[in-house]
Amino acid sequence: MFMRGLKRKCFDGEEDIEGTLAGIKAIPSYNLQRQSLLDMSLVKLQLCHMLVEPNLCRSVLIANTVRQIQEEMTQDGTWQMINTQSTGQAPLDRLVSTDILCRSSRDQAEGKHVPGYGTFNKDFESDQAQDSSETLSAASSVQAPRNLQSNVWEMENPQENKGNFQKSLDQIFETLENKSPNSVEDLFSEVDNSYYDLDTMLTGMMSNTKMGHCDSIETFSSPTNTASNSNCKSDLNELDHIVEILVES
Amino acid sequence: FLGAGGGNDIQWCFSQVKGAVDDDVAEADIISTVEFNHSGELLATGDKGGRVVIFQQEQENKTQSHSRGEYNVYSTFQSHEPEFDYLKSLEIEEKINKIRWLPQKNAAQFLLSTNDKTIKLWKISERDKRPEGYNLKEEDGRYRDPTTVTTLRVPVFRPMDLMVEASPRRIFANAHTYHINSISINSDYETYLSADDLRINLWHLEITDRSFNIVDIKPANMEELTEVITAAEFHPNSCSTFVYSSSKGTIRLCDMRTSALCDRHSKLFEEPEDPSNRSFFSEIISSISDVKFSHSGRYMMTRDYLSVKIWDLNMENRPVETYQVHEYLRSKLCSLYENDCIFDKFECCWNGSDRQVEFFSLIVMTGSYNNFFRMFDRNTKRDITLEASRENNKPRTVLKPRKVCASGKRKKDEISVDSLDFNKKILHTAWHPKENIIAVATTNNLYIFQDKMN
Repeated sequence: MFMRGLKRKCFDGEEDIEGTLAGIKAIPSYNLQRQSLLDMSLVKLQLCHMLVEPNLCRSVLIANTVRQIQEEMTQDGTWQMINTQSTGQAPLDRLVSTDILCRSSRDQAEGKHVPGYGTFNKDFESDQAQDSSETLSAASSVQAPRNLQSNVWEMENPQENKGNFQKSLDQIFETLENKSPNSVEDLFSEVDNSYYDLDTMLTGMMSNTKMGHCDSIETFSSPTNTASNSNCKSDLNELDHIVEILVES
Repeated sequence: FLGAGGGNDIQWCFSQVKGAVDDDVAEADIISTVEFNHSGELLATGDKGGRVVIFQQEQENKTQSHSRGEYNVYSTFQSHEPEFDYLKSLEIEEKINKIRWLPQKNAAQFLLSTNDKTIKLWKISERDKRPEGYNLKEEDGRYRDPTTVTTLRVPVFRPMDLMVEASPRRIFANAHTYHINSISINSDYETYLSADDLRINLWHLEITDRSFNIVDIKPANMEELTEVITAAEFHPNSCSTFVYSSSKGTIRLCDMRTSALCDRHSKLFEEPEDPSNRSFFSEIISSISDVKFSHSGRYMMTRDYLSVKIWDLNMENRPVETYQVHEYLRSKLCSLYENDCIFDKFECCWNGSDRQVEFFSLIVMTGSYNNFFRMFDRNTKRDITLEASRENNKPRTVLKPRKVCASGKRKKDEISVDSLDFNKKILHTAWHPKENIIAVATTNNLYIFQDKMN
């Protein structure tokens, strides 16, 4: 178990916050940053399972990062939130299955970029970066993540990207359908259809995290903040559930 | 500047640059591997489009004593084509992951090239003569009317323009479920290993329908997978010894004489974690992207995201030397994780040496961002940062050292971390085996630098 202060080094620009107007603008909580890292990692994992053949090393490293965060959250007690939200379908200690990392769907190759990666992610990640940089105090280092982002990525049309995402998910299900029509019915019968509305799920995640970031200043110690954290957790739980289904099929 | 052996400093000068000038990089042109052959006369590159381009050094021009021969295109061929795996419904990329040269045994040259799934042995041979004077055929190949043949002659070889032919002699396929990251030729020159994320196979160069699995780290349940193989190499002298590195920052040395399946290592090299630097990214940045034995085989060098480490094979618990490549990135790891740069796999290499003596494995070279590359002198402990850029392309002008300013006041000529271009990464570098000539690959260009000869 590490001291909170020590861990904060991992987040960009943190060290420059000290001695600035930290008293006036609240520093985003460690929990919030950790949550954002978790969400980012899950999106990365999901995307790489959509690609033609995921880079196994990268997937394993991201999955290990997710595990680390989840382990720490469990020790912290913040993971307990899931208990109250869970419908009991997934075991509490079930982490994101790495088996899914080794699968891939028949998918059109997403436009390959240098460095190659999914197109959807860019928009989400640049949003994340901008949000987190907004909530950091007004030190000059705030510019650092933004510049880093703009150097590497160009902004893409979010609408288009979401469309790609939905299309990819549809293709996964198409694959499943072609393999064994009977099982598909079973697959869908037990599950609430809203799980497969990826747009909703991701929007939910995004808006939760965005809200988390923007509201941290105003609602730093308010119950609302905690609730938004747990919303993220329930989304995570839904994701676990989908992963489970796909793995079992 | 750097010393090399006898105390002479190396001063690097631009020599040549190969590749398109455009800023718009065609994906197929992205260089994915660079390798000199054993004599240094040939320099091979592989790209994302599955092509291999071989450059040949000109014979030294006696009148131009101040520069070594230039490298010019010798042969270009399509090594791998994109394939489709119908069973898994996956495309198999044609990108060349690694090229390794065989030592030359006769007039022809041989190299191994590999993509994610298939290794190929290529023979590159020269043809500078052709037979002329056939009795039954015209020069253009058409058959002569036999009734017009009145005399017989013996065909003779006549000189022709040099033609370099590349032909695939062996195809080693269907042995890897996961993506091949390394190939390494054994010191017996008869066998070689190929490593993917979870397995390492041993091949005989003459036999393509069989390979031996010598390492398998695939767990029974893939959900338990937490570590993958990232690189592997045979020991330069001991033909039963090899090492492989992992995504958790460990190196395992294995001896093939102990058992058929070398799942139990003979040595495990791992440095204990520094608790003061611990973060969620610690494991990712400890993942080893390259491992290279020194010339004698007494040492090996590993590259992880931020540093290069030199290990003594006799000491497993920590490296004997550590060099920081770009420590200023440590505070940016979150952004680098976001944009995936943290997963970039940088390679490293030793200086060349015309002797298999440890004394001469002195300088380490590796790449960084912004088209910078770094060299570390093990003797003097000095290091230098240079840039591969067309702006510096005046031959025989010494390259200016670069400096990155981590924070605070930026001095003149320094570059701040925030201005670094993370799209411009140097992942692949190679050092001529005998001379001070280096090949540095940017995204789609190949730079050749030489030391300034006085």
